[in-house]
Parts: sequence; C-alpha cells; structure tokens
Amino acid sequence: MVTSRIDHKWGMVVDLDRCNGCQACVIACQVENNIPINDKNAFLQNRAYEWIRVERYWEGEYPNIKARFIPVMCQHCQDAPCEPVCPVFATYHNDEGLNVQIYNRCVGTRYCINNCPYQVRFFNYWHPNWPERMQNQLNPDVTVRTRGITEKCTFCIQRIRRGQLQVERRGGGELNDATLKSGNHMPACVQACPTNALTFGDQNDVHSPVQPYFEDVNRYNIHHEKERKTRGYRVLEEMNTRPNVIYLKKVDPNLDSSGGHHG
Amino acid sequence: MQEGRVLSTREVNRDLLRSILDTPRWFWPVVTVLGLILLIAAIAVGIMVNRGLGVTGLNRPVAWGFFITNFVFWIGISHAGVMLSAILRLAKAEWRRPATRAAEVLTLFSLMTAMVMPIVHTGRPWRILYWVFPYDFARGIWPNIRTPLVWDPSAILTYLTSSTLFVAIALIPDFAVLRDHTTGIAHRVYSVLAMGWEGNARQWKLQIVAGVLLSALILPVFVSVHSIVSWDFGMAVAVKSWHSTVFAPYFVVGAVHSGVSAVAFALILLRWCYGWQDYIRHEHIDALGRLLIVVATGWFYFLVMEILFGMYGREADELMVRQTQFTYWPYNFWFILFVITTYFIPVALWLSRAWRRNLWIMSIACISVNVGMWLERFLIIVPGLINKQLFTFVWADYRPSIFEYIIIGSTFALVTMLMLLFSRVFPLVPLYDVKEGDVLKTQVQIGRRTVPATFRED
Repeated sequence: MVTSRIDHKWGMVVDLDRCNGCQACVIACQVENNIPINDKNAFLQNRAYEWIRVERYWEGEYPNIKARFIPVMCQHCQDAPCEPVCPVFATYHNDEGLNVQIYNRCVGTRYCINNCPYQVRFFNYWHPNWPERMQNQLNPDVTVRTRGITEKCTFCIQRIRRGQLQVERRGGGELNDATLKSGNHMPACVQACPTNALTFGDQNDVHSPVQPYFEDVNRYNIHHEKERKTRGYRVLEEMNTRPNVIYLKKVDPNLDSSGGHHG
Repeated sequence: MQEGRVLSTREVNRDLLRSILDTPRWFWPVVTVLGLILLIAAIAVGIMVNRGLGVTGLNRPVAWGFFITNFVFWIGISHAGVMLSAILRLAKAEWRRPATRAAEVLTLFSLMTAMVMPIVHTGRPWRILYWVFPYDFARGIWPNIRTPLVWDPSAILTYLTSSTLFVAIALIPDFAVLRDHTTGIAHRVYSVLAMGWEGNARQWKLQIVAGVLLSALILPVFVSVHSIVSWDFGMAVAVKSWHSTVFAPYFVVGAVHSGVSAVAFALILLRWCYGWQDYIRHEHIDALGRLLIVVATGWFYFLVMEILFGMYGREADELMVRQTQFTYWPYNFWFILFVITTYFIPVALWLSRAWRRNLWIMSIACISVNVGMWLERFLIIVPGLINKQLFTFVWADYRPSIFEYIIIGSTFALVTMLMLLFSRVFPLVPLYDVKEGDVLKTQVQIGRRTVPATFRED
C-alpha cells in the first residue's frame, strides 16, 4: 500500500552550549553505520573515518583557558559543493533535503572530498576489516562499503526510512518529533547524546523543535546575522552552501569580553 | 636566410628515413630498459588496484597528489603540438618545419600518458568507463555534465582526435616515400597507409588545405584543453587557493612553456640520436629559445598575478596556503626551486644568442623548465589541500609512497619509449615539409639585393 509521500525536509540543530565533548555521538555513529574501526594506523596515515567528529579548540590564556567543542558531521548543504563535481551522480540531493551518497555508483575520483568545505567525506583507502568476533555486530541495515569509494554521514537514512515505513506507510500519521523519538528513528548520534545537544527534526513541520531555528536563520542571512532572534548560525556561512545543520552559539557569561570570540 | 647546406631530395630521404630503414645499435637495449621500467610500473599499478589506494601516500585532506600533478604536467607537455604545428603554421614561422612532427607526436603520446593518470588514481578504475562514456543508458544515468571531470575527457579526447588527424594527414606524403623505399610486408603496409598517394597537384592541394583547415580548427582546442584542466581546480570552491579565475590563462601559458621546452629537448635528443644535424639545426633551437623567452615571461606575469590575487583577498585560509608554500619545509624549498628553475635559470640562459645555440646549455634550460613546471603543479595541488580550510583539526601533510614515485617515473619512460617506437616506424621529421622548406628558401633577386624568398602556403 503506497500512501502519498509527506514532504519532509530534515535538519539538525547542534547546541554548542550543551556539548561537553564526550564523544558518545562518535561511538554511536561508528556502531550504527558499520564504520571501520579506526586503529592506530588509520590515525597515523591520516585516514581515520569519523562521520561525526568532535573538534576541540582551546580558547583564551592560562588561567582563563577554555576547551571549546564543536561536533562536525555532514552538513547536508542545500547548495552542496560536493554534488556538482561528481561525474557519475554518486552524490546528489534527494527530495527530503538530504545529501545522499550512492556507493554503487561511486568510482572514487575523490573530487567531492576536495570540494567539501567541512571535510566530512571519507575515502576507503583500504578494504574495511573487522575482527572476527565483531562480524556479528555489523548493522544489517547499512551497506558495508568496499574500498575505493567515498562515504559520509547520511543522517542515518536507514533509521528515517524505517521510521517512514513503520509510521507513515502503516497509517500512523506523520513522522514527527514524537514519533521520531518514540521509535528511535532519529540519527544515532542524536539518540546517544547525553546532554541533548543534538536535535533532529523536520524543518517543514511547524511543531518540530528545529523549525524555529531554521526559520530564524533562513530569514536573516549572514548579512543580517545581528538581527537573529536565536543563537543559530551555520558553519562557514559565508560560503553560502546553506547547510541543513544549524549550530547554536555557546552561552558564556564568564567570557572575557577582550579575549576570543564565541565559538 | 636559413642556414645549412642545401640537400638533394635523395639525401633528405636517406637521412630522415635512417631511423626506420636501419636500426641503430642502441635502439633495442634502450627500449628493453624502458620496457622493464614499464613492467615494474605495471606491477605497481597492479598491486595498487588489487590492494587499494592505501598503498599511496594520499590521506584525508590530501585526496589528490602525485597522480593529478603528473596528469596536469603531461597535459601541459601536449600543448607544444598545437603551438608549433597550428599556430606557427598559421603565423608562417618558417623555422617550425622540422619540429612539427616531433611536437605533434609528443602531443599524442603525452596525452595518452596523461589520460592514464586520472584513471589509475580513482578508487575503482575498472568502473571508469561509465564516467567517460555515457554507455549505461538502461539505468538512465548520464555523466554529470556539471563537473569538470566530465569536461576533461571530452576536451582531451577532442584534442587527441584532432592531433591524430593532424599527424595522419601530414604523414601521407611521407608514407608514400616509405612505400617506395621498402619491400615485402612493410611495403604493403605503407602502401595501405599512403592511401594511393602519387604526389600529383590535386593531392598536394587537398593535403595542404586539410592541414591549414585543421590548424585553424584546432586553435579553440588549444585554448580550451588546458583551461578545462585548470577548472578541475578553479571550480573547487572549497579549496581557497584553487578557486581562482586566473587559472585558465595561467595554465595555458604554463603548458606552452613546458611543452615547447620539452619539444626543444626532444629535438636535441633526436638530432643526437639519429645524426640529423642538417635538419634540426641550431637556428631552429635558437628560434624555439627566443619563443620561449616570451612565453616564459608571460607565464611569470600570471604566476605573480596568481599570488597577488591570493594575497589581495586576505582570506585567512588562502593566506595559510601561501604561508605553507613560502615558509614551511619542504614546500619553501620546492617553491624557491620552482621559481628559479622555471623562470630565472632558463630565461637567463636563453637571453644569450650563443647560449641558445649551444645544445648542452639549451638542454639544461629545457629540462630545468620541466622540473620547475612539475613542481608548479605539485605546489598548486598539495599545499592547497594540506591547509584546505579553517578546520585546523583535519590538517595533514602528504608523503608520497614508493608506488607513486614508481608510477610517476614510469610515465616518462612510457613517453620516451612510445616516441622511440614511433620513430622506428614513422619519420619523426617530416620529409615533405623539409623539402618544401628547401624549395621555398631559395633566394630571389630584387633589384641589386639578394633576399630570401617569401612564400605562401597556398
């Protein structure tokens, strides 16, 4: 039974004020998406896979030194620079606002990796290997990528699809904030975040918690950043890639007004 | 005004067909050594395809490295073909005659070699067909025409086709000479290739018209091929130092610079190998040197402009790339070496007429240019990627692996070997063109003065 499609536009809001850099999202992502285990060699060769990474920056001078964390995942840009450069349409924009990667089409030119300003695309330099005892933990809903292709964060599209199947196509109404949460259909990183720094939702759904932030940031573009009502901003906003990920600035009452800037 | 003896047609035939009709003693040993190098490279490529690109030094921010550098380098070398054959033909530069065939053939082989590079550098080279050729209609997926990676094969294959035609048309009269000088199977093969050439007026007219037409038609290709290759970088918005509008003319001029230098060096080698002193004369090398001064200076202007544009914008990530290029070891060393070898050493050597006519000095200058131009591409590609963006978390350096060195080195062996094998079967200096030049260079009496005859190609 095929019902009419509901017009989704997925988005994520990252509240930097809540992020404490615990890396639970990184681990959840590794487990959910069959990401090869980053051993010592992967880091030594600078070839580690981190679909979501928590970057840490130090701000200020001793003794007023502060660690700043920013989780960076694929921003699912609406004008993604990676999309027009793929010769085989391995990466394209789907009608739910997601930047998707089709592993079967990919030939591995790595142009998309070069053209990603957020550096969130990963190339499989080696064939992925798991220890024998870990073979059974692989997620059956996610393709194990072969060597020679590019991969990246999908906003856990397998979970969204499962949600659509279980909720929308079985007549349970729309996949909204409540049903996303009740069925664990949000991305693994969102589910794992202990401080709820990550929020996932439908930008087209007026009741979604992400919607006001997107509306605010979309209304006041980078030239009117000061007029924004929320703390929302986009990373590398000046490149005009229009990401579907919005970051909320850190609230820091003790921040020395002379040193550093909000991260 | 040309120097050198006036040779009879018989002598021209004898000398220029020497490379075909008898094999020099060094020929097969050299080809064997080059073949061994290629065999090693083939094994290296095999291992790379079998085990994955992990065997290279490429990593997370540096996704393109030596292979793409080498690709751009060989595309650059290929630009000498059009420059010498088409532009100088249309400009009626008389000294181009012995250089045209070598330049065109170098174009063909360097293009073929260049095309190997992006194919071996992909993750799944066996699937590349559906990138270059839109064959998989059943799935309804055509290549994405918005990407420079699809413009590349179109431009390069156009260039390859037109250059092949160019060489083929110029070869017809020479095939006829070869047909008359050979027996047995070779005779039969050359008969087919000569396509019934008798040397009558109509055939000459058609041949010349075809040559001039192709020269004119190939001109847009001359501008477009390296422009499109430069757009591989220019279109990349995320890499600040690549995302520059000056790249197309900068790359085209740079390509002519390295290509013409390579042809000059190839001519000196041919002259030395086959004893073609009467054909590849000092005046030809001299003229190439003078042309190169202009090209090099034009190129230097673009180099300065490119750096200036980068600095002028004062964007933090672009400045970071410049800082890497200028101050970080080893890139600062390579940068200084690149500027000196590409401009200051060769141009200083070319300025003196006596030095332009000294083949040793000329060889050093031409090799120096190509060392520098290779470094130029490397310094554009790699530092740009190392410090690609403001996320300092993912910066990393690039150390090419032994596999990359072997494969890069073998491309030089491949081009050399293809040139040598070609010279074994086809004349590398156009016989008919040289003869035509000899006929046309006879001097005419105007009043009391003897001046070189001017002529037109019609």
